[in-house]
Amino acid sequence: MTFTDRLFRHQFDNGLTLVADRMPWLQTAAFSIAMPAGCRFDPAGGAGLANLSCELAFRETETLDSHALVETLDGLGCDYYSNTTVLSTYFGGALPADQLEAALAVYADVARHPRLAPTWLEEARLACIQEIEAMEDDLAGKAMSRLRQLHYGEPWGRLPEGDLASVNAISLDEIRTFAAHHYRPEKTIVAVAGKFEFDDLRRTLERQMGDWKGLNGAATNGSPPRAALQLDRHISVASKQTHIGLAWPGVAYDDPRWHLARGAMGVLSDGLSSRLFREVRERRGLCYAVMASLHAAPGRGASFAYCGTTSEAAQESLDVMVAEIGRLQEGISADELRRLKVQVRSSLIMQQESCRARVGTLVNDALLLGRLRPVDELGNLIESIRLEEINDYLASRPAGPFELVTLGEHPLELDRAVSPATA
Amino acid sequence: MQYRQQQLDNGLTVLAECNDQAQFLSLGFFVRTGARDEQPVDGGVSHFLEHMVFKGTRTRSADEVNLLLDDMGSSSNARTSEESTIYHAAVLPEFQTPAVELLADLMRPALRDVDFAMEKKVIIEEIMMYEDQPPWGGYERLMQQYFGESGLGQSVLGSVESVTGLNPDRMRAYHARRYAPGNVALVAAGKVDFEQLVRDAEQFCGHWEPQPVTRSLELATPANGFECRAKDDAHLEYLLHLAPGPSVDSSDRYAVRMLGMILGDSSGSRIFWKMLDSGLAESAGVGGHEYLGTGLMMAYFCCMPDRAAKNAELMHEILETAAEGVSGREVELARQKVIAQILLASEHTETRMFSVGGQWLNSQPFVTPAQIAERYRQVTLDAVNEAAQRWPLAAGRTLAIGACEQLVWNPAVVG
Repeated sequence: MTFTDRLFRHQFDNGLTLVADRMPWLQTAAFSIAMPAGCRFDPAGGAGLANLSCELAFRETETLDSHALVETLDGLGCDYYSNTTVLSTYFGGALPADQLEAALAVYADVARHPRLAPTWLEEARLACIQEIEAMEDDLAGKAMSRLRQLHYGEPWGRLPEGDLASVNAISLDEIRTFAAHHYRPEKTIVAVAGKFEFDDLRRTLERQMGDWKGLNGAATNGSPPRAALQLDRHISVASKQTHIGLAWPGVAYDDPRWHLARGAMGVLSDGLSSRLFREVRERRGLCYAVMASLHAAPGRGASFAYCGTTSEAAQESLDVMVAEIGRLQEGISADELRRLKVQVRSSLIMQQESCRARVGTLVNDALLLGRLRPVDELGNLIESIRLEEINDYLASRPAGPFELVTLGEHPLELDRAVSPATA
Repeated sequence: MQYRQQQLDNGLTVLAECNDQAQFLSLGFFVRTGARDEQPVDGGVSHFLEHMVFKGTRTRSADEVNLLLDDMGSSSNARTSEESTIYHAAVLPEFQTPAVELLADLMRPALRDVDFAMEKKVIIEEIMMYEDQPPWGGYERLMQQYFGESGLGQSVLGSVESVTGLNPDRMRAYHARRYAPGNVALVAAGKVDFEQLVRDAEQFCGHWEPQPVTRSLELATPANGFECRAKDDAHLEYLLHLAPGPSVDSSDRYAVRMLGMILGDSSGSRIFWKMLDSGLAESAGVGGHEYLGTGLMMAYFCCMPDRAAKNAELMHEILETAAEGVSGREVELARQKVIAQILLASEHTETRMFSVGGQWLNSQPFVTPAQIAERYRQVTLDAVNEAAQRWPLAAGRTLAIGACEQLVWNPAVVG
């Protein structure tokens, strides 16, 4: 069985798309239902609506009360979750493969017939409010959320959780209208990875969701951009560490040069010999945590880096990070490229054993790439990179401009020179 | 799937779960040492040593070690706990021997003074990182209040003071005492060539000098009580509660784990319905920690300060009334969940390595995931209810930390 033979895609007449990766050596399966109901659809003054709708939808359906819903999933051994991002609302889980059909039946019910009952509204609202409060205590997360807001702006920088004032003001009618418009088969992806027979799976979905009809004419392109928020780039907190977030332009997931950007990010941050880890932590002992990664939104991408370090070491940490990110433009070495290729090949093989990891990639590919990428495709793309090719690419893309967010006692300065490491 | 075990002449144990269907293998050196083996003056030395192991050997610099690990495309890491230190890497089968060679070399680190000074800064940054995260060192504080200054009360990371006070000589002495071959196992899972693994262990570890290793694990008498600590700038309140639980070799542990799920699993438990589904708490749960000779049950919640009193009352009541018994339906649902979790976990090579190695750390015979699932199938309603009687959960030591100035945990004790 080739990697391509394992992949399946089927679109039902109502616009619902099933994507699947058959992994017959497993005894388990994972699934994710991604509905076009992200917070990009939150209306002006209604930040947090998509998230609260998701929270309330999972409480009860027309046929399953709250206890029956949770007990059914628990009885199937389903490790389930739901969450909302800017792009989508996701319901998903992982479980023994022989229970997949029964779990999908529950979720078809949640997506199609959420009861959105007034009896649960305040409980759901409370849960969402506590999510917002918990973000305040997560200092690293708070710095990086602020960075995303500033770097992406509207709508991709939105926080799904919204803010206290808007979440408190959301009415049940608004939630019902939101669900009616955005819990719909068109543009919804059902992704499954693990042990299944595709014809059976397709028939199951046809039966469970084939006659699902969405509201005609509903908006699917997101709500109008809100006015730009006035957000400080330094958050003053008497914390033990200064939390540094740095953003610079990235590459869209469907850009033909994405694998080159992924490769460069690997040299910067993957593994113990990566440049950031070596220069900031190993050679200078400035921090424990330093990392960078690519982030994808439809049609665009971003590069984010984080470092948490005590106030005395914070400026130097930032200086070294900026210098290392900037130094990528000078190119990478043949050894770094060779290591990158081994690392990517190895990590792709290792991800193969996890149906949960695969289902996440399937959803991303379907939403952001518009097609399913066989597991070996990325490996082959990275393997095919020539040194001059990636170095030409890096030379053509100076890192920056940088967006900097700091959280801690003092703000930091960008654009300072770096002293060489003493060790 | 085949389980294999062999011991070298110097006492090093080699064990593996060999799975021909796997595409790669995870392997690691498991050392029976951790914070519990430290003197208070050496607080944090096990964890600091774990970092220093990657800073080079007699023949390799730290840079070379990092480059070699990445050259193999390995996914490598290390972890230190109260009772163990584990160094592990996942690699493709072609790198089995080079990975054993490198990790074996790391087990005899250079511990150079200059690296020690540099890495001390990293460790202090790590301690600071956790002090910035909820519950802001609360777990370590509670463990110390419960178990005292040494043994299990010893923080794995140590404190800024204890780590600052450590020196390379004390670390070298600790390493010499604790990393003797009889105290170490080479553990592998996945696509393992076991015969080769033994040959590699002989070649790269066979020269390690055998030495007697003793372990005196003191069993402190837990101290009950309650403390409420206000923290400036905190938005939420966090409550942690410790009560006695079964040890690694207790016959009660499967029943108590199921009791823990019934009371505090993240889905469908009593805490879920009363505290999470109702929106009263942001997070809450109950879980067990099994140690050698002793054990813990830990309950926790996190919530907005104006709901902390109500949550404390609910959680105390849930823990206290557990002894009145649970229902057959609750036991069945917990059983379904735990057996599904075992199946999901059994498909992960690294998880299998930790399971096989964990059994060796605890001196237990090897049991397969299917056998463990069978043990859960055999737990009866009566067994869970008898365990609930034997392990009263509401008594113990409790710490509330966060936005609240005051909180009542048990109506009899006001903090």
